[in-house]
Amino acid sequence: MAERKPKIVGFCCERHGMDAAVLSARTGKQFDASVRLVQVPCTGRVDGMHLLKALEDGADAVFVLGCLEKNCYYDTGSIEGRKRVNYVKSMLEEAGVEKERVEMFNAASTNAWAFPDIVSKMVDVARKLGPIGGGEMQ
Amino acid sequence: MIVAKRKPLGEIAEMVAPFKKVTVIGCRSCVAICLVGGEKEVKMLVSALKVKNKKLGRKQEFEALVVERQCEKEWIKEVEDKILGSDLVLSMACSLGAQTIGDMYPDHLCFPGLNTGIFGVPEEQGVWSEKCVGCGNCIIHTTGGICPISRCAKSMLNGPCGGSADRKCEVNLEVDCAWAAIYDRLKLQNRLELIEKIMPAKDWSTSHSGGRRVYVREDAKLTPHQKKGKGAVQ
Repeated sequence: MAERKPKIVGFCCERHGMDAAVLSARTGKQFDASVRLVQVPCTGRVDGMHLLKALEDGADAVFVLGCLEKNCYYDTGSIEGRKRVNYVKSMLEEAGVEKERVEMFNAASTNAWAFPDIVSKMVDVARKLGPIGGGEMQ
Repeated sequence: MIVAKRKPLGEIAEMVAPFKKVTVIGCRSCVAICLVGGEKEVKMLVSALKVKNKKLGRKQEFEALVVERQCEKEWIKEVEDKILGSDLVLSMACSLGAQTIGDMYPDHLCFPGLNTGIFGVPEEQGVWSEKCVGCGNCIIHTTGGICPISRCAKSMLNGPCGGSADRKCEVNLEVDCAWAAIYDRLKLQNRLELIEKIMPAKDWSTSHSGGRRVYVREDAKLTPHQKKGKGAVQ
C-alpha cells in the first residue's frame, strides 16, 4: 500500500475555534498532513454521527475545537461537544478501535499557539496509530 | 414508555459478523425517545460497525432504516423489500419490534440490537426510571399514585418494611424507599388512613406468571370480511 499523509478532520466552532485556526494561518504555519476543517455554529451542534462518519469516510483522526468552557459563546455548547466526543470515544472502545483517534479541545481565539499545537497532537496520534484499515503513513 | 439499552458494540458486531448484507432498522417511538433506537442512533451504530470492519478488513454491507413503530405490522410492511433483500435484520427497536419482524418473516433472521429493559419515565434528560411492571392489576389509587410493586425492592403491599431507614432502602442505600414516598404523598393528600389499611394478598393471575397475556377488544376487531376489504396486514 502506498504511503500517504495523515488525514485529519477538525470540527471548529465559528467563534473561538475557527478564530484560533485563522490566527494560526496568519502565522504561515504549515502542517505535514491533510487537515480539513469543518466550521460549525457551535461544538454543541456536533453530533457523534458526524465524528464517526468522518472516520468511516477516511479520516485517521478527528478533533473538535470549541470555546473555552465557561467562556463559550453559547454558554454550554463546548460542554455538550465534549460529552458527544466522550460518547464516541466509548463507542470506539467498545468496537475495538483506538479511542485516541477522536479528541475534544478548547481554545480562546487569541491563542495563536493553540491550533498548531492541537493539529500536531492529532497528526502524532494518526502517525502512531496508522490508517484504520492498516497501511503505511508518511 | 419502553426503555431499552443498546447491546455492547462487540456483541452486536459478533452477531452480525457472518452476514454479508445487514439491514439495521430503528423505531421512532419509545426507543427514539430514550435515545437508543432512533434515526441518529441507528446511523451511529452503522457508522461504528463500518469503522470496526475497516479496522478488521472485513467487507459487509449495511443499510440504516427507521420505521414509525416497529411493533405494528403496517409500518414494517413499508420496508418489506429491504427486509427480504438482506441476509439479516438487526432490530434497533424493543423486543416487540424485533419479534414483530420475526413473526411477519419467519424464514428471515431478525436479531435484537437492544436489550429491552423497563417501563419507565424520563426523570430528567438522560435518566429513566422504572415505575411500572405491567402486573395487570393496578392499585396506585390506594398508594398515593406511587407503584409499590415496581418501586419497592420487595414489591411490598403493606410497607414500609423494617429495612427502611432515613427514607432509603436497605437493598441499596442509593434507592429511595417507595413506602416513605407513599407515606409523604398520602399525607399531602390528607388520606393517611389508607396506609393503615391492610392490603390483602395481590391477585397475581393477571401478571406474567400465567404465561403470555393477550388483550382483546372485541368491538375493535375486524371481521374476516372487513380485513379483506381494508387490505389489513396479516
